[in-house]
Amino acid sequence: MSEATANKIPVTVLTGYLGAGKTTLLNRILSENHGKKYAVIVNEFGEIGIDNDLIIGADEEVFEMNNGCVCCTVRGDLVRILDGLMKRKGKFDAIIVETTGLADPAPVAQTFFVDEDVQAHARLDAVVTVADAKWLSDRLKDAPEAKNQIAFADVIVLNKIDLVSKAELAEVEARIRAINPYAKLHKTERAQVKLSDVLERGAFDLDRILEIEPEFLNADDGHDHHDHDHGHHHHHDHGHGGLKHYHDEDMHSMSLRTDKALDASTFMPWLQDLMAKEGGKILRSKGILSFSGDDDRYVFQGVHMMLEGDHQRPWKDGEKRESRLVFIGRDLPEQLIRDGFERCIPA
Amino acid sequence: MMSDFNPLQEQESIVSVTDRVVPVAIGAAVTAVHFLGDKAAFVGAEEKVTLVDPAGAMSPVEVAFGGILCSTSDGKRIVMGCDDGKVVVLDREGAVSTFATDAKRRWIDSVALHPDGAVAWSAGKTAFVQAPKGEVKSFEVPSTVGGLAFAPKGLRLAIAHYNGVTLWFPNMAGNAEVLEWAGSHLGVTFSPDNKFLVTAMHEPALHGWRLVDGKHMRMTGYPARVRSISWSAGGKGLATSGADTVIVWPFASKDGPMGKEPAMLAPLKAKVTMVACHPKQDILAAGYSDGTILMVRMTDGAEILVRANKGQPVSALAWNAKGTLLAFADQDGDAGLLEL
Repeated sequence: MSEATANKIPVTVLTGYLGAGKTTLLNRILSENHGKKYAVIVNEFGEIGIDNDLIIGADEEVFEMNNGCVCCTVRGDLVRILDGLMKRKGKFDAIIVETTGLADPAPVAQTFFVDEDVQAHARLDAVVTVADAKWLSDRLKDAPEAKNQIAFADVIVLNKIDLVSKAELAEVEARIRAINPYAKLHKTERAQVKLSDVLERGAFDLDRILEIEPEFLNADDGHDHHDHDHGHHHHHDHGHGGLKHYHDEDMHSMSLRTDKALDASTFMPWLQDLMAKEGGKILRSKGILSFSGDDDRYVFQGVHMMLEGDHQRPWKDGEKRESRLVFIGRDLPEQLIRDGFERCIPA
Repeated sequence: MMSDFNPLQEQESIVSVTDRVVPVAIGAAVTAVHFLGDKAAFVGAEEKVTLVDPAGAMSPVEVAFGGILCSTSDGKRIVMGCDDGKVVVLDREGAVSTFATDAKRRWIDSVALHPDGAVAWSAGKTAFVQAPKGEVKSFEVPSTVGGLAFAPKGLRLAIAHYNGVTLWFPNMAGNAEVLEWAGSHLGVTFSPDNKFLVTAMHEPALHGWRLVDGKHMRMTGYPARVRSISWSAGGKGLATSGADTVIVWPFASKDGPMGKEPAMLAPLKAKVTMVACHPKQDILAAGYSDGTILMVRMTDGAEILVRANKGQPVSALAWNAKGTLLAFADQDGDAGLLEL
């Protein structure tokens, strides 16, 4: 982590549908003996039982930036609150922003990309989504906000697993993975997750974009990779780590990969053009890139149309020089993206 | 007065008065400075206001338990909005009183003072006004209040918010006037002649309206958000922060800055963070992000160095009413007083 990044106050965004267990998790974070002080920005100010010295009511006021980009929305109240908080640096170590169950996480995240003053003092650490194991599957069908929150998440706390059967749990997990295979998933009762698993994640830190593999392919995920459910759902078993494969009708992810070095002068304009035209559909994007004539790994990440990228570090000896990209979004123009990417690969 | 303001034309290095500054160590972040008589009142980011006499003697006053979010002064008292929902007043004698307390203990985001003594404050979407001996009146705007300003004449309050400004007459029932402009308006000010209203926006720009006909004025081109604005003596110009020069928009004619270029004074390789115009003469003080403070003559741009480029960004700058004292402070509370 660069020094400039280290000096910035980390901000964790806590999302989740109503009743999923956000407040339970928040109270755990605040009450656990970690020696850290948190400033907490909440919505229904004074209506939920949170015991903290520094608690601020927000209004979730989303507005469009005057730059002609309709998906370039920010949280005006956050700009104001962070401005006030930053005058009192030293009174707290980190900030937690709780959103309402119906909130779209994008404007919160974009506030950290767009606002110069916010950017100067604070950094987005991760979007943590708390989901209810019992009801999430239903919500994914009837509530687009719930889907957004899953798609956007860096960390998903799948809570209340004691209320579902093993088969139901596998079902809901498969549904989450259909939308977002890349988030860290933690299965909990009463939001009992290790705090180090939700805080200080550095999920938006370019230096920490190390791997972009679907999480369910990682062996350390802690769940058994067997599919016991051959129930009544119409699905194909693709054998993705043993999880059932669902295809969410509108929200999904796609990945691209090539071991041929990309031409930066073709690739970067393509990526920028893609984001400018299709960024409204692309919620999150990440990439590790290998460019011809460049011995550094280039990394980028984006939230809708906002992209940031930088040289990360030299490729190591013996490291496979490979370019990998991930897009998570709604109605992704998959073929268009694949075709465009192919054209950036030198023949 | 100001007999020292004679920068030599041919002199290579800038005239400096740094050795005449009385240094003041506040020891904590300062967000604003006001004058109560000839005492400078440095408003801390939390808890304290430090009163300092021209000789540099400090007397700290506890005014709040937590953060002080905003402050304003008419030279007789300082009104502050705090993060525990309180509006606190500090008077010339150093006495502190609670003027109002928000029922929900929300942040008091902005305050304003009327020449006749009325006080305005805001919490969330609601603006409140209390005239002397009057009752508290409130008005709700569609989104969070970004800034408040009283018109120089009559009891009229400008309430800045998302997509415009609402002009409210607290003593008249019913309709308020809305001046619309897309975007988030975070600060607002009337020209001293009551002809123009100007807002500082979330994006690096100002927006203005001519009040007689609602005609728009866009003041753009800043590299950073404008956080400090100050009307020059007589309201002829509006000096602003946000660039690496002091930008002064001309407001002397009936069209204001429409179709005109602003003056760009005192360029440095640092951003202007604070501006304060002299109350009587065409002189302004400017504080920069590298800690520099300059006095600048607005007629020809001549500069005098008040503080060298050391330390934190300048966060507070003010003249006393007579224009004989300049007070400044930076984000770390490294402050000073200059007597002219």
